[in-house]
Amino acid sequence: MEQTVNVVVQPVDKEKIRGIWKIALILAVITGIEYAFAFMMDAGTLRNVIFVGLTIVKAFYIVSEFMHLGHEVKGLIYSVILPMIFIVWLIVALVNLEGGAVKSSRGIVDYAPAGSEQVDDAH
Amino acid sequence: MANTATISNKSLWSGGVEPLKASYGKLMMWFFLLSDAFTFSGLLITYAFLRWSAPAYKGDPSDFVFSTEYWPIPEKVYDAFPGFHGVELPLIFVGLMTFILILSSVTMVLAVEAGHRMDKNGVVKWMLWTIIGGIAFLSCQAWEWSHFITGGDVATIGDIFKNGRWVENAEIFGANLGYNQYGPPAFAALFFFITGFHGFHVFSGVVINIITFFNAANGMYEKRGHYEMIEKVGLYWHFVDLVWVFVFTFFYLI
Repeated sequence: MEQTVNVVVQPVDKEKIRGIWKIALILAVITGIEYAFAFMMDAGTLRNVIFVGLTIVKAFYIVSEFMHLGHEVKGLIYSVILPMIFIVWLIVALVNLEGGAVKSSRGIVDYAPAGSEQVDDAH
Repeated sequence: MANTATISNKSLWSGGVEPLKASYGKLMMWFFLLSDAFTFSGLLITYAFLRWSAPAYKGDPSDFVFSTEYWPIPEKVYDAFPGFHGVELPLIFVGLMTFILILSSVTMVLAVEAGHRMDKNGVVKWMLWTIIGGIAFLSCQAWEWSHFITGGDVATIGDIFKNGRWVENAEIFGANLGYNQYGPPAFAALFFFITGFHGFHVFSGVVINIITFFNAANGMYEKRGHYEMIEKVGLYWHFVDLVWVFVFTFFYLI
């Protein structure tokens, strides 16, 4: 026989388990709030900003608690978060500014069905 | 002497040191995930860029009809639920998919937590639930894709490029990479690329989960003395959940 390995199973920390389910509940509630906005608010820039903001809150909880990044050393936190901040900057610049600029320079016009009072006098 | 890893200037480069107090495997998983996040950012930038430079629908949402001329309202595209044909249930099915993925992320955290306590049975149990959640999500996505490809009951009339020539006023049902009934060709192409790339990540995650599930059940990690592999796989799995949170917002809500 090889040597037997003595494995001691440590008892469950109820507080820790409750903490995990609490994060799950927060994620579910934020998703519920997103649904409330999706159904009760008209589409527009403000609603999009709210959606992105709530998404970042959810991302924070997943990365910080589930992926445990919030409990790592500062160096690791920054080496992951800083590149992502630059990427978000790039996204905002490309999407909001470049997308809109390409649209107007190509002369692309939004579609408004006949009978609606929206008048487009872009050119 | 040779086996002790003391951190002094002499031994700093000779191995056994954990930079950032994370093991080699975990650190490399973090940097892989960072690079993967760049890939997904590239896809989402492409999506948002094409969407914001495409014609938008400015009329009343209740009068909305599909056309290849302007970008569709997502709620009008994703309003189907299995077994409820013809009933408009906007975003309910994606909500279910989101719920499944978040739950499977929670069971993964519980597996990691059980691993910290060297609780083999706990790890095996929660890994199994995570695998079931992943398979459930993939099944939902398979249904969603087949519904998206097949399309609705009403055709969209539009000009399409088919079999090497332009067809004017063609009846379009469903979607493929060339044209679709919901909006401009880029709409369906981006749907396939982004949810497909994410789905492929979920699929590889399920495969890795199954491998570690069997390893844990066979006592491999118990013999090793730690369940770090579960933590590394867990990082990947949470990342997949994280990406879905963003895909959900950008694709289905905005």
